[in-house]
Amino acid sequence: MADAADTPKSSAGNRPALALHVPEPRSRPGDPVNFADVTISDAGAQPRPDESVKPEEMKDLAYDLVRVLGDDNKAHGPWDPKLDADTLRTMLGHMAMVRAFDERMFRGQRQGKTSFYMKCTGEEATSVAASMALASDDMVFPSYRQQGILIARGYPLIEMINQIYSNKGDKLKGRQLPIMYSSREHSFFSISGNLATQTPQAVGWAMASAIKGDSRIAATWVGEGSTAEGDFHSACTFATVYNAPVILNVINNQWAISSFSGFAGGERTTFAARGLGYGIAALRVDGNDALACFAAQQWAANRARANHGPSIIEYFTYRAEGHSTSDDPSGYRSAQEREEWPLGDPVMRLKNHLIEIGEWDEDRQAAMDQKCAEEVKAVTKEAEKNGILGHGLHHPFHTMFEDVFEELPWHLEEQAAQATRERKIKWPDSHPKDGAGK
Amino acid sequence: MNAPIETSTQDNPAVSRRINMIEAINEALDIMLGRDPNVVIMGEDVGYFGGVFRCTAGLQEKHGKTRVFDTPINECGIIGAAVGMGAYGLRPVPEIQFADYIYPGLDQLISEAARLRYRSANEYIAPMTVRSPFGGGIFGGQTHSQSPESLFTHVAGLKTVIPATPYDAKGLLISCIEDNDPVIFFEPKRIYNGPFTGFYDKPVEPWKKHADSVVPEGYYKIPLGKARHVSDGEELTVLAYGTMVHVAEAVCKAKGIDADILDLRTLVPLDIEAIEASVKKTGRCLIVHEATRTSGFGAELSALVTERCFYHLEAPVERVTGFDTPYPHSLEWAYFPGPVRIGEAIDKILKD
Repeated sequence: MADAADTPKSSAGNRPALALHVPEPRSRPGDPVNFADVTISDAGAQPRPDESVKPEEMKDLAYDLVRVLGDDNKAHGPWDPKLDADTLRTMLGHMAMVRAFDERMFRGQRQGKTSFYMKCTGEEATSVAASMALASDDMVFPSYRQQGILIARGYPLIEMINQIYSNKGDKLKGRQLPIMYSSREHSFFSISGNLATQTPQAVGWAMASAIKGDSRIAATWVGEGSTAEGDFHSACTFATVYNAPVILNVINNQWAISSFSGFAGGERTTFAARGLGYGIAALRVDGNDALACFAAQQWAANRARANHGPSIIEYFTYRAEGHSTSDDPSGYRSAQEREEWPLGDPVMRLKNHLIEIGEWDEDRQAAMDQKCAEEVKAVTKEAEKNGILGHGLHHPFHTMFEDVFEELPWHLEEQAAQATRERKIKWPDSHPKDGAGK
Repeated sequence: MNAPIETSTQDNPAVSRRINMIEAINEALDIMLGRDPNVVIMGEDVGYFGGVFRCTAGLQEKHGKTRVFDTPINECGIIGAAVGMGAYGLRPVPEIQFADYIYPGLDQLISEAARLRYRSANEYIAPMTVRSPFGGGIFGGQTHSQSPESLFTHVAGLKTVIPATPYDAKGLLISCIEDNDPVIFFEPKRIYNGPFTGFYDKPVEPWKKHADSVVPEGYYKIPLGKARHVSDGEELTVLAYGTMVHVAEAVCKAKGIDADILDLRTLVPLDIEAIEASVKKTGRCLIVHEATRTSGFGAELSALVTERCFYHLEAPVERVTGFDTPYPHSLEWAYFPGPVRIGEAIDKILKD
């Protein structure tokens, strides 16, 4: 049986007893919600340094909150990216599409069409607006909640849905969990599912681009909870050592499944401030302010492209929905949080801004929302012709053994033959050529 | 058949009721938190929320926040901190949310926890039980389905334990927590709620219809290194663990095979006596695991059986395993070593 724990030595004398601190979120289910501790800076009040600034000369921006859109729905201050109305409407359209897409796919999972889905509700600006500030061939290394990047880059919805349904049209051959997309054509790296692994990879890609004298930069997205992983700290070390042309985007949506940001260190400092210890330029941004998200990403992209080095951007936002279809947040956080979140809804804020400047109205918004919903519905129907998960229309069995290596070794050939033989026993009616069969 | 219940208990083991594997694990943790003030539980989402599979539900509320707590998403930190807590004299029971996420903790497990006793000449030990759900069959894709047990059985200094029933889950977990060496405790998540038999298109019976869901309320232990005799038979020995015990049992039953089925329960230390006795009796041996084939634990078992029972064998040892590919999403049931693959292997062994 156990050795006893070390007992205090007599030399301890009258030293005080230590106490372990275990972080506790501001509210649990049923609790009233009070965000008074969240400091909201005035829109337009933050200085915008030159992109060549030394990190130590912009330290305050790691603790402040860069904001452009004020409560008056106007754009304020030096971070206003001064986008033309067409660009703003495009941005709003992408964000509305992401939301419509999420609604439909979530419902599809509940209807049994696939195994899993993850919404990004409330965080649309952190992927849509940020990626619009990059060049379309800048390489992105996303986490699993950046569907907005694909939509902003014009990736066909049908490809996304085919992947989500793991059907015969899925370009990833049904191998990956839904929403773990990959599109080299759109400079969108394969999503892993393991956490923060993409961050040092983004740095490595950026180093390669610098080695080759290329002009493309890399950007990665990671949740605040995942910054606790060693991979993120490896990424920061390599980024600063090699002055890598990379942007490390930290999406602080307050929750990592049931663990609030305090379990990643958020009680003590900001996530942007992680950059300071590494000598990396750090910005903390209102993640529900699409203009601020765009402006910050543009600033960091200019900095990287001019060989001034890496940046960390913390987007302060809120995960309005559960972690995934496998999660029920009512078990660990107050439902009131979403209502009380002091930075509002990113789609509504951009909409209100466009209305404020006379470039939009409620009728057009309603028409746009309807058009998005109809388009997603139509594409979903189209994708369903390729099958839904578990209904037989998947890739042929042999594809399961392909791409493990460049060439199929003997033992995988043997196993592929076995799988095919088993299929004939299990599903004798299926047609061998089209890979049908459950 | 259950191992005899050890009666070194003050918690009234006589009262038994039917529970599932999640409840059994929760009870083992609860009992050990109550019995030993040095036991602490930590992991991602294990505290207030009670774990994504609910194995730690209610434990923080009952035992307090410094005994059961959430951690940062950092498996290296979780295992490394457990090494330090063990050095202090605590008995940590860290949870890794999915076995697929254990790899960032491997350096701390392989280079540190596994060797601490050896390198310090027994000055320091790392008495931890790393609990982690493993295995597929839940449409979890490549990041929620893996069976990496052979990575750990290959490491000198680690024990690897895999229960297949609620009764065993509780008794084995208590033994693991009391063990003074680091233990990897892999929980087959496919059978958390019922003994899945591989017939995925049929509903899974809940545990309460299975004999081994009868679990005493109190403290009891199942010793590490003792296999469970699932069925007595003369025709064929089947070696399996975790989910595959139930799949193999169902196939043997369906085919009317008089099989001697051993649920290994612990891979390290292994119950070699039970294996030898069985194979010498039947002369034929089938090994079943869900993990990939090459360098899987089946290779070790096959080598041991061949080394020790060669002159008793009437047919080559057969392995039924997962394929040597990452766990696929849509083709999950083509990948899973189910009844057809097991049935073919049995036919082959019994042919001559």
